[in-house]
Amino acid sequence: MISLILRRLGTAIPVLLAVITLTFVMVHSAPGGPFDEEKAVSPEVLVKLNERYNLNEPLVVQYFDYLGNVLQGDFGPSFRYPSRSVTELISIGLPITFELALYAILFALMLGIIAGVISSLRPNTAYDYVPMTIAMAGICIPSIVLGPSLTLIFGIQLNWLPVTGWGDIPGDKVLPTITLGTAYAAYCARLTRGGMLEILNQDFIRTARAKGLSEFRVVVVHALRGGLTPVIAFLGPAMAGLLAGSFVVETIFGIPGLGRFYVEAAFNRDYTMILGTSIFFSCLIISFNLLSDLVAASLNPKLRDQ
Amino acid sequence: MNTAESSLAKKAFDRLVSNKLSLFGGIYVLLLIVLAIFTPLIAPYDYAYQDLNLGPSGPSAEHLLGTDTLGRDLLTRMMYGSRISLMVGFLATMVALVIGVLWGTIAGFAGGRTDAVMMRIVDVLYGIPFIILIILLMVIFGRNLVLLFMAIGAVEWLTMSRIVRSQVMSLSQQEFVLSAEAMGVSKKDIISRHLIPNAIGPVIVYATLTVPQIMLLEAFLSFLGLGVQAPMSSWGLLIRDGAVSMEEYWWLLIFPSLAFSLTLFSLNFIGDGLRDALDPRTGPN
Repeated sequence: MISLILRRLGTAIPVLLAVITLTFVMVHSAPGGPFDEEKAVSPEVLVKLNERYNLNEPLVVQYFDYLGNVLQGDFGPSFRYPSRSVTELISIGLPITFELALYAILFALMLGIIAGVISSLRPNTAYDYVPMTIAMAGICIPSIVLGPSLTLIFGIQLNWLPVTGWGDIPGDKVLPTITLGTAYAAYCARLTRGGMLEILNQDFIRTARAKGLSEFRVVVVHALRGGLTPVIAFLGPAMAGLLAGSFVVETIFGIPGLGRFYVEAAFNRDYTMILGTSIFFSCLIISFNLLSDLVAASLNPKLRDQ
Repeated sequence: MNTAESSLAKKAFDRLVSNKLSLFGGIYVLLLIVLAIFTPLIAPYDYAYQDLNLGPSGPSAEHLLGTDTLGRDLLTRMMYGSRISLMVGFLATMVALVIGVLWGTIAGFAGGRTDAVMMRIVDVLYGIPFIILIILLMVIFGRNLVLLFMAIGAVEWLTMSRIVRSQVMSLSQQEFVLSAEAMGVSKKDIISRHLIPNAIGPVIVYATLTVPQIMLLEAFLSFLGLGVQAPMSSWGLLIRDGAVSMEEYWWLLIFPSLAFSLTLFSLNFIGDGLRDALDPRTGPN
């Protein structure tokens, strides 16, 4: 197990360094400096600004300075909001994005596992086809369609739920959670069904049934443990997708989370903010992938030796 | 193509057509492609033409799907949008296909250290969160369509190369390849005559399923305002415009959303159908 952790860290760290280097080079190779568009800036101020943001040093020096700062959790000041540091903005947005992603993944797991188990118990009957058809729809309807459509139906036409904000009015977390979680619920359902079908055909399940265990015990205690392995392996990539999905969902519902900060920074060409959030998101995604690998390995001893 | 091969292909085709959902998907996508190709000839209006007297209006005889807030014909804009969306989907898939097939074939065929190094590179690239890099690219180098194709295509080849490699590795141990080698057929000919044609099935399936993924990515970016820019149109952009004004003008959201979702459905059904058709072992279930 420890050697697996070390091996995975061995790939994660070069990837992270590659990402930091790549984003840094990309941002710095952008045509023009960050202050070129501000016409009001006089040459003296420009010199000061360049000094403040360390833009006079050679790129290599800037790179290692930046790398040193990032390792200490300091992403520098935001270009657009000079009074705030990027780290500060991230710490404001992150809890909200995390909360949204957490609700979405819980929603997805609950709905997906239940639907997947139901359809795996009676394969190729209506109990199988109906949930799986809905799951196919859930996969094919993208969040950019689902979000506005739900808003139109439940927010505007029926007036049941609020359509913007996060934690301001009761119920305003419902639509964003569903919008973000639906596709993952669908994937979970399909993965659970596949995993369960494989397990339910095995001998130890027949033994468990032969022992006279209740169907509930057989399914929930014996089969689900193995049947959920694909779902757990999917959780890491799913978290990565959820974070990317939060860009869209936070934009649709006006949620002041990290995803929206990122999109806004992209629009404002707030380079330090883009750089900082890109690196931060990458760290998160890589960590989640690492974590899900480790969980999968601890559940399935066969994976440890690979 | 010899008879055995063509009858296999025919069987696969029969299986594909007997799957009703795949058939529906195939017809829908084919229709869409034809419409997209001939759009400049058959579109009712110009994509930037504004009917200033009308402003936003619901579906009518003159404008079948209504007009947007600037008085532009929605059907026309959807047709032009489909061109961009489909083009991004198919071209980027082609890019991914070419890189992935070449990379995977070479790695699988060469084996040994070359293979280890090449697949290690794929492993490392897998770990990179590409959506973020693509957004960065769009921000820094402007919203350039060609760049978008290249960037997305360059990302999506990774899985393709893994699939091709495993295919090639199992194929290259089989007798007909070994005998070709023994007969002194050049490596290039073995790859192009024996390995690629035999590994093509799973590649086609994966490529079909890659197209909707890429279209989705393009729509995502355009929806965020980081992809295709007005006055050009793509489905993502139209859905974004629709979402902004849906309170008063529902049709601006509903029609592009329907068209886009149906396309994604169809492509996924075709992919699933192809998988069942090309691999008789799995069968539809």
